[in-house]
Amino acid sequence: MKAMKTPLKRVRGLGSANEGTEHFWQQRMTALANIPLTLFFVGSIAALHGADYNTVMSYFSSPIVTILMLLTVLSAVIHMRLGMQIIIEDYIHNEGTKVLALMANTFFAVFVGLACAYALIKIGVS
Amino acid sequence: MADANPGGRPLSPHLQIYKPLFTMVMSILHRITGGALYVGTLLVVWWLVAAASGPEYFDFANGIMGSFVGRLVLFGYTWALLHHMLGGVRHFIWDTGAMLDVPRAQMLAKLTLAGSLTLTLTIWIVGTLVF
Ligand code: HEM
Repeated sequence: MKAMKTPLKRVRGLGSANEGTEHFWQQRMTALANIPLTLFFVGSIAALHGADYNTVMSYFSSPIVTILMLLTVLSAVIHMRLGMQIIIEDYIHNEGTKVLALMANTFFAVFVGLACAYALIKIGVS
Repeated sequence: MADANPGGRPLSPHLQIYKPLFTMVMSILHRITGGALYVGTLLVVWWLVAAASGPEYFDFANGIMGSFVGRLVLFGYTWALLHHMLGGVRHFIWDTGAMLDVPRAQMLAKLTLAGSLTLTLTIWIVGTLVF
């Protein structure tokens, strides 16, 4: 039987199976996007320091601000999920615990992303 | 027990054997700040959802964030974000293959820390005084 599969076919699906470069690339792409987006976010929050409800609402109801905020959330959430995946894979060696932790990581990222997006859109269209 | 080192090759000692070096601490700090930012996104969720919920709940959430402890946490979050961001820039420089030698890696680490502290203080001072 040993000659039936090519060596490449036998290793596909084992080990990193070529997904490592894509993970790395997405980590770097979102990291790059995060730089201007983070500066925009930190600048916005600093400028809103001490502002009342109406000021905050009117700032976040500008379409440009909503779009930039949505982009910030999207990029940050993908980036942090990839980052936490590496941390989990580095420290959790029990296969079952690892799979559960990786799942929880995805759930958390999706929750944070959707909750922020819903709040932003609700403010944006109100 | 099976021989863990069949070829008699030199083994790398475990982490706690090493004297902590500045560059090593900064590497760990990149991971710690990344993890803190991860958990801290819950604060962003809370604040945005509070704003979307109406004036009463927003004032409640804003009041907690504006308290002494709240400000301390937000100050820490600002630093973690900016420190991690500059750490990311450091990674980009290394990705090109540049500044990987010891003297320049150490200089870069110092610049990152000095930069993140300066930026954080500047933003908080400007944010408090001007707005
Ligand atoms: C502000 C701009 C940001 C930049 C430039 C950036 C850059 C990076 C880079 C390059 C890495 C990979 C490090 C490595 O390969 O060892 C990384 C890891 C990570 N980042 Fe970010 N990041 C940013 C923002 C964020 C934010 C907002 C979060 C969370 C909400 C975050 C969470 C993480 C986590 C959890 C890791 C994994 C840490 C590790 O593996 O040690 N990052 N970041």
